Amino acid sequence: MSSSTSVQTPLSVRSTDERRLPWYHLIFTGLAGLLVAVAALSIAGALSVASAILLGFVLHLLFGWTYSLVREGPRWAMDRLVTLLVIGAFAVSMFPLLSLLWSVISRGMTRVLAAKPDVLSFWTSDMSGIIGGADAGGVFHATVGTLLITLWASIISIPVGLFTAIFLVEYADQGWKRTLGKGVTFLVDVMTGIPSIVAGLFGLAVFIAFMPDQSVRMGIMGAVALSLLMIPTVVRNSEEMLRLVPMDLREAAYALGVPKWLTIVKVVLRTAIAGLTTGVTLAIARVIGETAPLLLTVGMVTSVNWDMFDGRMATLPTFINQQYRNGNANCMSETVTNPVNQEIYACSISTNIDRAWAAAFTLIVIVMVLNIAARMISHYFSPKLSR
Amino acid sequence: MAAPQPINVEDLNIYYSDFLAVEGVNVQIRPRSVTALIGPSGCGKSTFLRTLNRMHEVIPGAYAEGKVEINGEDIYDSRVDPVNVRRRVGMVFQKANPFPTMSIRDNVLAGVKLNNRRISRTAADELAERALKGANLWNEVKDRLDKPGMGLSGGQQQRLCIARTIAVQPEVVLMDEPCSALDPISTLAIEDLIHELKQEYTIVIVTHNMQQASRVSDRTGFFNIAGTGKPGHLIEIDETDTIFTNPTNKQTEDYISGRFG
Repeated sequence: MSSSTSVQTPLSVRSTDERRLPWYHLIFTGLAGLLVAVAALSIAGALSVASAILLGFVLHLLFGWTYSLVREGPRWAMDRLVTLLVIGAFAVSMFPLLSLLWSVISRGMTRVLAAKPDVLSFWTSDMSGIIGGADAGGVFHATVGTLLITLWASIISIPVGLFTAIFLVEYADQGWKRTLGKGVTFLVDVMTGIPSIVAGLFGLAVFIAFMPDQSVRMGIMGAVALSLLMIPTVVRNSEEMLRLVPMDLREAAYALGVPKWLTIVKVVLRTAIAGLTTGVTLAIARVIGETAPLLLTVGMVTSVNWDMFDGRMATLPTFINQQYRNGNANCMSETVTNPVNQEIYACSISTNIDRAWAAAFTLIVIVMVLNIAARMISHYFSPKLSR
Repeated sequence: MAAPQPINVEDLNIYYSDFLAVEGVNVQIRPRSVTALIGPSGCGKSTFLRTLNRMHEVIPGAYAEGKVEINGEDIYDSRVDPVNVRRRVGMVFQKANPFPTMSIRDNVLAGVKLNNRRISRTAADELAERALKGANLWNEVKDRLDKPGMGLSGGQQQRLCIARTIAVQPEVVLMDEPCSALDPISTLAIEDLIHELKQEYTIVIVTHNMQQASRVSDRTGFFNIAGTGKPGHLIEIDETDTIFTNPTNKQTEDYISGRFG
């Protein structure tokens, strides 16, 4: 209104240099980019799917931008360019994830589907007596080991981590508690950076120091080592979630004559439960695939061991490591005989590698099930705002 | 039940760490009546209100010195548990803060449930109904008691918070600007409610709205502050009519008539 010199254009009519074209015009420029890329690459003799897509995308940026500049004007041209860049960035970030999932599922299924007598056999049988290239064996023992050790690591870490977070958020507000809280926060930060192999050595050293037998290996040693890696994650995640609970709610509870500890249990933790579950799941996912500390502390066996306090245990990550290092089997004869129960299996060269992939697939399924369970818990318990 | 005694405040100094926020408050708050506290922002009226149920000390470093007697007992006596004080002196906050994880019914019963007190199903239903009726909310929510408390409108949420407060049967209800986030209609509903509540409870209300103070209160206190960084003082407290028509203190008169500062 103040600039009386410029003529106001009506809002309903775009100025001539701002015609917006439908989005499918981008398909034409995209196809043009791809065609030019394919032509140029075949002339240069470097044609492949990856190079064509890459060069095609870069050319599409150029073509799409130029086309839009001519037909739609500079403002929309910039919008097109940035949109394309964002889509490109999204595709680049999704590519590793999808390709990883694809290779694990496709290669993992080879062994799972080949298992006899039925599809579940890979998960219900262990490796006792499976030697050479035997077309058999499974991960029952390793799955049990992974679940038990992770469970125990959680039993140790979740209370410690949660109570530390409660102390930091609810009690470390003034005086010596504040100083202590700052110290704890610093140590937690340091702990976050501990390499997992060091955690493994710690778990080993703690138990060896009190044991007469220096070569002792137990599941609980692995759980202790893993909890060392898990605690800082639990503390950090829970602390953040507890800080998100509004002070209003605590005051509302205090004003009703509710003691502080009951306020924490029934209001703060209850309100934050969705976030806490997610945080704990993330911490579990972080340690469930750890290999190095478990190699040191629990070693490897071929059959199932349910006792956390006696003897070695198999775990999925170490199983993957072991099977992959075994590499291709050399099938001297057509069949392999199990020395334990005299069963006879066919010999397969790739059986060890296949087992490693199938175990990786199992590990991913376990993590996914955990995540889904956590999602369901947070969905069920999260504050409801709807009418 | 014995006749209720006034709340007796003597030489109360209120601190945030080493900062003296409110100095030398001496006042008697009449039982079963409404006392309004008015004054400019930052003069310490909310701070004073929060010392009446020991909510002030929830803030790290905050404390108070002096004497606050409720029913003849000094609530700042070292043997007194602040939790017990808060069961007798309820509080309604500026922003309605129902518990987001609870239904309407559970919000009203929060004082019972959060304290792990056992209560039979029928007793709980009766208590919830009585409290919601007391807060003039029963007719609006009686068909959806199991729906989340956060689903109510702002004014309904504030009345839910009042219901929650009176469900623990306190002697005193403190209200810290309970209507400042509400529209005129919800404000009217709460003001009507305050009129009814004073039959049973002693009410102290902090408000920025002088019309509200004159509408709801029997007595009005005026807080003022000499300047930033200086402590707030209770300048004058008297019958509401007197404060608004014929104040003794020049500062009160200036504030009431809008000639402030």
